[in-house]
Amino acid sequence: MLRSGVIAKKLGMTRLFLEDGKQVPVTVLQLDNLQVVAQRTTERDGYTAVQLGAGAAKAKRTTAAMRGHFAKANVAPKRKIAEFRVSPENLIEVGAEISAAHYAEGQFVDIAGTSIGKGFAGAMKRHNFGGLRASHGVSISHRSHGSTGQCQDPGKVFKGKKMAGHLGAVRVTTQNIQVVRTDADRGLIMVKGSVPGNKGGWVTIKDAVKKPLPKDLPLPAALKSAAGAASAAEAPAEGGEA
Amino acid sequence: MDLIAQLEAEQIASLGKTIPDFKAGDTVRVGYKVTEGTRTRVQNYEGVVIGRKGGATLSASFTVRKISFGEGVERVFPLYSTNIDSIEVVRRGRVRRAKLYYLRDRRGKSARIAEVTNYKPKAE
Repeated sequence: MLRSGVIAKKLGMTRLFLEDGKQVPVTVLQLDNLQVVAQRTTERDGYTAVQLGAGAAKAKRTTAAMRGHFAKANVAPKRKIAEFRVSPENLIEVGAEISAAHYAEGQFVDIAGTSIGKGFAGAMKRHNFGGLRASHGVSISHRSHGSTGQCQDPGKVFKGKKMAGHLGAVRVTTQNIQVVRTDADRGLIMVKGSVPGNKGGWVTIKDAVKKPLPKDLPLPAALKSAAGAASAAEAPAEGGEA
Repeated sequence: MDLIAQLEAEQIASLGKTIPDFKAGDTVRVGYKVTEGTRTRVQNYEGVVIGRKGGATLSASFTVRKISFGEGVERVFPLYSTNIDSIEVVRRGRVRRAKLYYLRDRRGKSARIAEVTNYKPKAE
């Protein structure tokens, strides 16, 4: 029962004051014109998946090949495209727009994004090394990594030795983030805590692989046009298999 | 207004709190909800506001300092916290600074704050 994920834009962080006096730090994610651009089917591609597109790109700045691809699906050019593996019964029609009601409040999700780039970082920042002492004869090298190995035997630095280098700007997945609130009208999903990446960056949200799915999730997806009717009708049909 | 600011403004409106006009130097009495086991009661905390931060945003907070049993105590309250039952201004103080951190080094007579005698509420 693999269900499609979504592409979202990270807007930033804020907090929610709850009735019981608790404060919850939340990251606000936005679904921006999220539509199905293509389907992958077993007959044609050997696997089943949906290709989603989000955001709006200028037609002028879209390559001719991609313009043709979008025209075939009859959708406006998209800024960001991603593919999500789904089980065959959960394929979504091309052109359908997914709404934020796709996720239930309280459910857990995995969110992947490109982490903030830190440039060339030292061993202390990059690998949490302790550095050298502040005094007792240490000069100039307080933040250095220290020894990198043994002596004449082995006579080399082992591969994979943790050293200074480029940090950040890689794809990072944070697992088991809780959905606190969703706003289908504005396409907002609020999740507890932080999410990898900069404000304005694109992230992908999927149902958590390590937590059981809630029973009443909309299948195959919560769509914008038939948001209310479809989810209510299809919810009891299939439930907690995963 | 970006969407985050808009969401925060909506939440401030929906919380429906009436925050009195107060600033650093004022003495306030904060009614804070305390849960003991199953029942909740309101605990008062009275002291001098030594600073406000966050302006008019949702994440605004203020620090209240008092001397409790000869020991200085400071508590930071989120301005829009749902745990705050009431904020009451007891006395308006005349100070020349936004943050009164200098009070931390003072005791007794030198830690006094003059009262504002000609306070006028801001026209709404």
